[in-house]
Amino acid sequence: MKEISIHARAGQGAITVAALLGTAVFLEGRYALAFPHFGAARMGAPMNSFVRISDRPIRIRSQVYEPDYILVVDATLMRGFDVFHGMKKGGAAYINQQEHEAVPSQEGIQIYTIPADELSRKIFGRPMGNTMLLGAYSAGSGEVSLESLEKAVEEKFPEKIARLNQEAFREGYQYFQEKYAR
Amino acid sequence: MAKRIGMEVSIAAAEAVKQADVDVVAAYPITPQTHIVEKLSEFAADGQLDGEYVTVESEHSAMSVCIGSQASGARTFTSTSSQGLALMSELVPIVSALRLPLVMLLVNRSLSGPLSIWNDHSDVMSIRDSGCIQLFVKNGQEVYDHVFIGYRIAEKENVLLPVIINMDGFILSHTFEPVEIMTPDELKGYLPPYQPKYTLHPDHPLTMGAYATPALYTEAKKAHDEVLKASYPSILEAWNSWGKRTGRHYRPVEELFCQDADTIIVSMGSLSETAAEAVKLMRDQGEKVGLLELRLWRPFPFEEFSRAAAGAQRLIVMDRAVSSGGPGGPVASEIRSALYGINNPPRVDSYIIGLGGRNVTIQDFVEMVEKTEAESALSPVTGSTYEIFGAREHH
Repeated sequence: MKEISIHARAGQGAITVAALLGTAVFLEGRYALAFPHFGAARMGAPMNSFVRISDRPIRIRSQVYEPDYILVVDATLMRGFDVFHGMKKGGAAYINQQEHEAVPSQEGIQIYTIPADELSRKIFGRPMGNTMLLGAYSAGSGEVSLESLEKAVEEKFPEKIARLNQEAFREGYQYFQEKYAR
Repeated sequence: MAKRIGMEVSIAAAEAVKQADVDVVAAYPITPQTHIVEKLSEFAADGQLDGEYVTVESEHSAMSVCIGSQASGARTFTSTSSQGLALMSELVPIVSALRLPLVMLLVNRSLSGPLSIWNDHSDVMSIRDSGCIQLFVKNGQEVYDHVFIGYRIAEKENVLLPVIINMDGFILSHTFEPVEIMTPDELKGYLPPYQPKYTLHPDHPLTMGAYATPALYTEAKKAHDEVLKASYPSILEAWNSWGKRTGRHYRPVEELFCQDADTIIVSMGSLSETAAEAVKLMRDQGEKVGLLELRLWRPFPFEEFSRAAAGAQRLIVMDRAVSSGGPGGPVASEIRSALYGINNPPRVDSYIIGLGGRNVTIQDFVEMVEKTEAESALSPVTGSTYEIFGAREHH
């Protein structure tokens, strides 16, 4: 089983990312459990969502404390909160690289920074980096295919929105491959 | 063939209500029930639900509309949480006393205060004695299944009682997970068209909700209590018939490794899922631990419970609610009563956990088992009154 923790502010699409990832995994015939955890339940407040992925049915429903992967949709969260806390050794972090936000290195953890805000602005007309990060995650982790993500978003959203997000997936995927793939 | 789909549990619940051919939905949105009723209102608006969605101004009105519609012979559904149930609660013992077979999904959330939108069972415990059939489900599939099962139980002529299905807020309602959605063919015949026995109709006047003098009230209460207890075989029948159809079998209590267990964890609702993983882990380490999952809460399955629990030395009972100033968590107190008088009863330890959305981990279960076993070595019989597990001490 692989565990993923997604860090964001309410309104930045952490639940959508979890649901899309979960749906994509279902489409591949595997099992997933995706659920949100709100803080203050107000837009802009720090919150996260969790995803578990496995080849077998998943029963454990507690929150994720020792993720294999983290996705950080809003890097400003790292100012006051240790997003890496509890991460498994050998884990990987996909971080939305934002101006002025330094990303410290972590022992035993692979850090990938993706300028998702900047790149997503070209697609959505505003910074909406959640699905782009998920595209990069697909490229980096191999846990879910780009095709499944593209199919999942078609199931969840009307055509126009689905198309934009598919573009974001691909952009994130390509960016990762160009920058990190060896 | 039934299709397993990854979906939010609330959406699966709404899908079931639609497939159960409900005539009337009356509900007022409240977190974390919201997604269920939003989806139902969509279904009604676009014609997918062949029924009426009644928008009301409060939960008190929601239940009032439900009573009216159910009394007129319409299959009716509602759903609420926490303060919504509190506002509705004036009418909950009335819907059961009127013998109206409503089905309600209670998306469990803690009662204020302090204000919390998160999960525990303090809401349902406030209506424990309302005379409704009450059960707890632990995952999305069980939520979906029990909407159909609920109506089948409720509408039986010898039952005619509301069924309240408890599902944990967020932990179930907001989780995306695989749910097998049945085809109309597969459902066919399980839920026959609702044929109410008594309805309010101007051509056939009758009274519902009559006044009872002291000469009658006691007898009315006794009759209600008896019919609730007598609903037990009908509940089993609804589960058995569903099991034959789907391969998913349900019992009033579910046992995991109970037969030779020294220590048994007792849980309700979604906690049972994580607890099962904890028990498997402890078994792998050679600990004789079992899990007893209480699915049916009212009528309480005394006989099945005692039989399943009798062989153990210790019961560790999880409660997601506080009975302030009482003898223990509400579930633990009942279990102590259930076991009173049997030979060599197990020690019963009451742990209150998972309040207001506090996370419960596998490690928590392991710690509770270790703590109970250490304490019971000193006192095998009594058991702690209760402990609010994991609460930080203030200095």
